[in-house]
Amino acid sequence: MRGDRMLEIALRHRFAEFSLDVAFEAPQGVTALFGRSGAGKTTVVDAVAGLMRPDEGRVVVDGRVLQDAAARIWLPPHKRRVGYVFQEGRLFPHLTVRGNLEYGLRFNAGAGPSVDEVADLLGIASLLERRPSRLSGGEKQRVAIGRALMARPAMLLMDEPLAALDGPRKAEILPYLARLRDETKVPILYVSHALDEVAQLATTLVLIEEGGVRACGPVAEVLSDPALVPQLGVRGAGAVLSATVVAHDPDGLTELACAGGRLFVPALAEPVGQRLRLRIEAQDVMIALDRPEGISALNILSGVVTALRQGDGPGAVVQIAVGEELLLARITRRSARALNLAAGVPVHTVIKTVSVAPGDIGAVHGGA
Amino acid sequence: MTDWLGPEEWQAVALSLKVAFWATVLSLPFGILTAYALARWRFPGRALLNGLVHLPLILPPVVTGYLLLLTFGRRGPVGAFLEQTFGLVLAFRWTGAALAAAVMAFPLMVRAIRLSIEAVDPKLEQAAATLGASKLWVFVTITLPLILPGVLAGAVLAFAKAMGEFGATITFVSNIPGETRTLPSAIYAFLQVPGGEASVWRLVIVSVVIALGALAASEVLARRVQARVRGENAGRPDA
Repeated sequence: MRGDRMLEIALRHRFAEFSLDVAFEAPQGVTALFGRSGAGKTTVVDAVAGLMRPDEGRVVVDGRVLQDAAARIWLPPHKRRVGYVFQEGRLFPHLTVRGNLEYGLRFNAGAGPSVDEVADLLGIASLLERRPSRLSGGEKQRVAIGRALMARPAMLLMDEPLAALDGPRKAEILPYLARLRDETKVPILYVSHALDEVAQLATTLVLIEEGGVRACGPVAEVLSDPALVPQLGVRGAGAVLSATVVAHDPDGLTELACAGGRLFVPALAEPVGQRLRLRIEAQDVMIALDRPEGISALNILSGVVTALRQGDGPGAVVQIAVGEELLLARITRRSARALNLAAGVPVHTVIKTVSVAPGDIGAVHGGA
Repeated sequence: MTDWLGPEEWQAVALSLKVAFWATVLSLPFGILTAYALARWRFPGRALLNGLVHLPLILPPVVTGYLLLLTFGRRGPVGAFLEQTFGLVLAFRWTGAALAAAVMAFPLMVRAIRLSIEAVDPKLEQAAATLGASKLWVFVTITLPLILPGVLAGAVLAFAKAMGEFGATITFVSNIPGETRTLPSAIYAFLQVPGGEASVWRLVIVSVVIALGALAASEVLARRVQARVRGENAGRPDA
C-alpha cells in the first residue's frame, strides 16, 4: 500500500458559469475537501465517482486508474468501486434497511464485513427490517454509510454526510466515522464546510476556493497556517493538537497530556489512555510574555512564536510552536505591537478550559 | 354468467378478453421501453417518437384501421413479410384485432408508465450505479420495482381500452362472428337486427363494469406508485 500517495486527483472542466481546475495528492486516511458552498467540492466528488465526466481528468486510487483523459481511460460508475455517501442519504425506498445494506453485495465479490458487523459498527442492528421512510435523519445517514461500506469499496466518498443533521445527531455519527478512518484501510474523500468536522476527522485538508485548490496538506499544518485564516473564516480558525487522556478528576474535569504540557477540559467520556485530537479556536487563545499568576484559566502552554499575520482590520493571528505542534491565537494588532511579538519570541498561551467544546474533540484509534 | 349471456354474446365477451389480454401483454415490454426512452433519454427523434406514439389518440380510429390494413394486410409490406416468414396472418383474424387494440391502447399505456418513471428520482439510480449496478441492473432492481404499480396501472388502462376498441378493429379485421367480433362489434351488430336490444343491454352492462373496474384499479395503483416513490423523501419517521 502506497501510504504517501493513496489518492491522485486532477480535474479540469469548464461550466457555463465557472471553471474547475483542481489537482491534489493525498495519503491514506480522510482527505477533507473544505470550502464554501459553490466552490466546486461536490463536482470533484461526482467526477471521482464517475457521475460527471470532466473535460480533462485523471483519478488514481491506490495505484488503480479510474480515469485518465490522456490515456483515454474512463471507468463507468459501477466499475469504480467507490462507496458514495450522499448528502441526502438516497436510500432505496422499496427495500428494507437490510435490503439497502445488501444491495452492493450482488455486484461486488470479495471479503468484507457482513451485514451484522456493519450494523453493529453503526448501531443500526435493531433497524434491519425497517423501511427507510420509518427512519430518523441520523439513522438514514448511518444506513447510507453502511450501504457504501458493504459494497466492498476501494474508496469512500462522503459529500457532507452530516449536513442535514442537527448537532446531537452529528455527534452521534462522527465517532463512527473516526473509527472507520482508523480501523479500515479504505481512503475517504470527505466534503465538508464545517471546520469542527474537518478538524476531528481529516488527515489531509484540501482547501477549495472558486474551483481551484488554495491549500493542501496535513490537517494540523493547514489549520495552523496564519495565511489561510481568511479562507477558513476568522471566527472558525483554530489549530489542532494531539492529546492523550491522562485522568478524569472528581471535580468534573478531564486531564489531557499534549506536546506542550497538561490541558484540562470539561469531563470527557473517553477512557484513560485514549488518544484524541483537539481543536483550539484561535479566538480562545491569549498570549502572555511572562507566565501568568493568579489567573482563573487552568491551561497554560509555553511556546515560541513562529509567525505573525496582520490583516487589514484590527486583528492579528499569531502562530505559536508548542512542543512539536502549532497553535493559533487571534489577538489585536495593538496587543501584538505592545508585546513586541515576532518570530522567535518565547510566550505563554492561555486557553480557557470551558472553551474546548465536545464538538472540538475527536477520538483517534489504533496506530493511525 | 353463461346462462345470463347468450352463446353469441358470450363468444364476443370471451373473444374480447382474449384480444385485450394478448394486446396488453405483448405491447407491455414495448410500452415500458418507449416510456423509458421518452422519460430519460435525449435523442434526436424524441419529439417524433412522442408524436407517433400519441397519433392513434388523435387520428380518427377508422384512419388508424385503414393504415393498419395498408401496412399489415396480406398485400401490405409488413403483412406480406409476416405471412411469408412466420406464416402469421393478421388481416381479418383475431390476431389482427389484438394488433389494432394494442396500437389504440398504446398511448394510454405509455403515458401511465412514463409518468411513473418521471416520478423516480434519477439520484437513486446514480446511487445504485456507485454501488456497482450496471445500467440494466439499475433498471431491474431500482427503477422497475419503483414503477411497478405505474406499469400495472398502464396495463390495466390499456386492457380496458383494448376491450372497447371498435373503429380501427372493424376497419382492419371486419366483424366476423367467432373470429373478430369483439364486444363492441357485437353490440354494433346486435343493434342492426330487430329484437337485438336485450343482447345490447347485457353487453353494455358488461362493458361498463369492466371499464369502471379498470379505472378504479388503475387509480389505486397510481396512488401506490406515488407512495412508494415518496417513501424516501418524506423525511419524517412516521410519514
